[in-house]
Amino acid sequence: MTICEENLTSETVKQDTQADSLLTIRGLKISALLDSGWGEIVHGVDLDLKAGEILGLIGESGAGKSSIGLAAMGFARNGCKLTEGEIKFDGIDLMQASEKQKQSLRGARIAYVAQSAAASFNPASSLIKQYCEAPIKHGLMSSESAEKEAIELYKKLNLPTPDLIGFRYPHQISGGQLQRAMTAMAMSCKPDLIIFDEPTTALDVTTQIEVLSAIRDIVREYKTAAIYITHDLAVVAQMADRIQVLKDGNTVEIADTKTMLSAPKEDYTKSLWAVRNINREAKQQSVEDDYILQLKNISASYGNGTQNVLHNININVKRGQTLAVVGESGSGKSTTARVLTGLLAAGEGEILFNNKALPLNYKKRDKETLRHVQMIYQMADTALNPKQTIGQIIGRPLDFYLGLKGEKKQARIKALLAQVDLDPDKYISRLPGELSGGQKQRVSIARALAAEPEFIICDEVTSALDQVVSEGILNLLDRLQKSLNITYLFITHDLSTVKAIADEVVVMLQGKVVEQEKTDVLFAPPYHEYTKKLLSSVPQMDPNWLDNLLKQRQQERNQS
Amino acid sequence: MFTFLSSLRTAPLSAQFGILIICIYLIAMVFAPWIAPYGETEILGSAFEPWSSTYLLGTDSLGRDMFSRIIYGARNTVGIALATTILAFLVGGLLGIVAAVMGGIVDQLLSRTVDVLMAIPSLIFALLILTIVGTSTSSLILVIATLDSTRVFRLARSVAQTVVVMDYVEAARYRGEGLWWIIRYEVLPNISSPLIAEFGLRFCFVFLFISALSFLGLGTQPPLADWGSMVRDNATLITFGDITPLIPASAIALLTIAINFVVDWKLHNASGLKDE
Amino acid sequence: MNSILLMTLKRLSLGVITLFVVSLIIFSAVEILPGDLAQEVLGQTATPETIAAFRHELGLDKPAISRYVSWLTNMIQGDFGHSLANGRAISDLLSDRFSNTLFVAAYAAIIAVPLALTLGILAALYRNSWFDRIANITTLSSISFPEFFVAYILILFLSVNNSFFPSLANISDSMPLSEQLYRTILPAITLTLVVVVHMMRMTRASIINVLASPYVEMARMKGMSPARVIVFHALPNALAPIINVIALNLAYLVVGVVVVEVVFVYPGLGQLLVDSVSKRDITVVQAASLIFAGTFILLNLIADILSILSNPRLLNPR
Repeated sequence: MTICEENLTSETVKQDTQADSLLTIRGLKISALLDSGWGEIVHGVDLDLKAGEILGLIGESGAGKSSIGLAAMGFARNGCKLTEGEIKFDGIDLMQASEKQKQSLRGARIAYVAQSAAASFNPASSLIKQYCEAPIKHGLMSSESAEKEAIELYKKLNLPTPDLIGFRYPHQISGGQLQRAMTAMAMSCKPDLIIFDEPTTALDVTTQIEVLSAIRDIVREYKTAAIYITHDLAVVAQMADRIQVLKDGNTVEIADTKTMLSAPKEDYTKSLWAVRNINREAKQQSVEDDYILQLKNISASYGNGTQNVLHNININVKRGQTLAVVGESGSGKSTTARVLTGLLAAGEGEILFNNKALPLNYKKRDKETLRHVQMIYQMADTALNPKQTIGQIIGRPLDFYLGLKGEKKQARIKALLAQVDLDPDKYISRLPGELSGGQKQRVSIARALAAEPEFIICDEVTSALDQVVSEGILNLLDRLQKSLNITYLFITHDLSTVKAIADEVVVMLQGKVVEQEKTDVLFAPPYHEYTKKLLSSVPQMDPNWLDNLLKQRQQERNQS
Repeated sequence: MFTFLSSLRTAPLSAQFGILIICIYLIAMVFAPWIAPYGETEILGSAFEPWSSTYLLGTDSLGRDMFSRIIYGARNTVGIALATTILAFLVGGLLGIVAAVMGGIVDQLLSRTVDVLMAIPSLIFALLILTIVGTSTSSLILVIATLDSTRVFRLARSVAQTVVVMDYVEAARYRGEGLWWIIRYEVLPNISSPLIAEFGLRFCFVFLFISALSFLGLGTQPPLADWGSMVRDNATLITFGDITPLIPASAIALLTIAINFVVDWKLHNASGLKDE
Repeated sequence: MNSILLMTLKRLSLGVITLFVVSLIIFSAVEILPGDLAQEVLGQTATPETIAAFRHELGLDKPAISRYVSWLTNMIQGDFGHSLANGRAISDLLSDRFSNTLFVAAYAAIIAVPLALTLGILAALYRNSWFDRIANITTLSSISFPEFFVAYILILFLSVNNSFFPSLANISDSMPLSEQLYRTILPAITLTLVVVVHMMRMTRASIINVLASPYVEMARMKGMSPARVIVFHALPNALAPIINVIALNLAYLVVGVVVVEVVFVYPGLGQLLVDSVSKRDITVVQAASLIFAGTFILLNLIADILSILSNPRLLNPR
């Protein structure tokens, strides 16, 4: 009897020492409905969070980080279910809690910030109304005081015209502002815990900074605990006190941010860190004026041609080199690629290919020209016809451009597959749906190579891929360039890709070319003003980067 | 075929029931002369004889055997509806895809024409045209196929449009492929499952539509046996509490239910929707 | 506000153009009639003189364009010409019958629309429950029933076997409203049964479609109750498709009465149309078709405009 009591008391003591533990997850397993039926995607993950602490959950796609984040609210998306384990939020077991009980927690004590704010606000209702919904319905505030607090929070999050912005509708304000308004909404009940699910992934780098600093300040001020889910190491380094690395539904490593960055233990973590520094040897300089492609005074517009999206663009691409076009969304970089292919006929200007003027509309170009300028798309998912086998996909350009048939064609397809590091016999008769994202992108490359082109346009080819996979793709492209002497035009928003692969860089802003420079010149001072802003906005692994940057920008503002 | 059969085993009960019913109808259609005890238009006895061992379901207003006419009715009613639906799909489906792939002025022209044709309620339009051209089987098929092809056009165009915006179609265009290649190899394989499901639904609609016209006395013309007109001809029996005229009506209903069950299952499969 | 006004005006003018084109089609349908209309009406035995006289009387000796213009202007002024079969003024034939048709259609709509919306929302709320499953099976079955089947079953059970309601829906203006409602209850129920399931299914589908959107997930993350999620977050965004479904079915009610009117021998426009078609009384068919088509277009137009008005993005422009 006494022994039992003793045990009991020791239990309580143990619990007391954990009193500041806000959330504990033990052995969490999550299953999802896959094509082949229910399959486990998270295999027994543990997670601890103290009150006021910020935990970074990091991992590549398929790591299960979002599912775990949602599970912290006792929530599983459609087609997912929490199968096993324990989720304790402040002593409440969320696995056992009734739907009513969970409802009373959600919004009030645990809040959620979604990846796409534009899609996650109800379009039929004003921002402030949606802000006030939770505090009123949870019975915490009257609508007047909720509105007053909303305006207060909008001010703290540096939203413009905080008194009025709440009365606007979601489609009326920009993405970065919406994301901050969503953070305000999550704060509306002063919750103990907020789940941030990739809140800045959809934003441009320059916008990302504002949102990151706003989120961090507000979370610190209210001492709210947070789980910050992202795939971007540099971002998580700015935000989190502690980092938990996930891979394929398992925890790889947990450590506080400084340790994790300076001394990662596991190989997987190290490999994640490593990809940030791909370097390639410099190429021998090609002949100074041997341009394969020149865009001269190109202007273009969509639709009825009233508003130009490209203004008087001049770009020169040297033979055998890689030119990267960088810019944020709306800069016109993708439009430049479309104009080049002729899929969007430019309104004015000239395109010279091998010093010969090309028709601006692709329909007027001959087969030979089309063959020599190939394109690789961002989303390999939509760039490959799901109903054609890999062999058919790669075989078509062989047949169409080069007239290869039968045995010869088959042999060439296999050679091409081998060239992009895919086992020919294994993949030739598969459908795209059976391949991973990286493999699909390799098939896209093989299809482009099949035409034996001189010039390939790569439109954000790695932005839909995980870091490790995209490194493989970039290396492959680099290798192919050396052996086949192909010229690349790289469209990208990612400056680390540029550093990794480009010989020259064109920076674009609002449909205009800001500058065209050799890569090493561009990445060294003196900078062009916009280029500087762009470069400095790219998150660095240094946990103090954001603080330093903000300080520095503040100083500059004070000076001017 | 084998995969279809094996998928059938895991199909919901309603779909299995649907397949069974469709098979029974097909057998009745093909083997009508062997199953039916009497000829289609044979006048045997007096009008409205009751159910008996000689006349399984009694006789109709002209003294023809109801049961035999119901069996033969499967041929006429289903056959005409099938021919109409196929024609509507060939015309509407092809034009719909062409409109989506070509876009621009071709799309505008076709779509506006279809808009206007669809602005007139189809039953009314059919009545108007049939008044003018007369109600023969071929004009019936042509008129209804034309009207129905507008609906098929709409669907084919909208599903094709979701495919046309895909990068692989753009890649094919940019490669320099012609219209036929894009339609045949890039678009069609990717929209076949919604089109097949729509075929089932359209068939039901056409089938009900022709039955309604026949019921109004404007569809299949006598003496051909047709379920819609059989209901009309014998409707008076209902006021005496005799359910015989409801049998051809329920034959129509049963087949449509069966097809709907199968389509519902197929659509559910194709849409990738899973139970929540 | 401007963009809304502009879109509404655009839709309106499109509707007017459609009506115009439709009138042109209906008119020219008669023009492509193989052979001669007068010959057709008077039969093979008619002498050339009587045919010529009849042609003159119909105005067939004038060019088609001027006939179309006068036909259309007369129509707009309410003069629909004369029946070929019995020479009576078509406007006299039509007026009562059209209001009868509208009466029974409205009767059915008043029952069907609220019923369908309620059931649709419930089915969306309790999706995949027994209620939803039963609703789904019933829906699939009932869209498979020909209208006359439904009508005759109702007659058999509610009129022949148990004399609750009359099987013939012969009404006249002199009857009190309650009597009219009583006599037309079977046609109204038939129509209701025909449209209610379709409407309900579409309501359910459009709500479920919206339920999959991130903002609905967000509302659930805010701890809102399922009912509130549906009513405040899903429904306002599903309004446009629902409005369209209602309009489509109302239009169907007005037109779909044709068969039902025939079954119940109801003195409506549909019955007249069918009679005229079998008599090949072309002028009456033209007039009735135009009225049906006009109603149909008008209802769709209203739906379009309402769904523009229910779009928050358009209501609150940047």
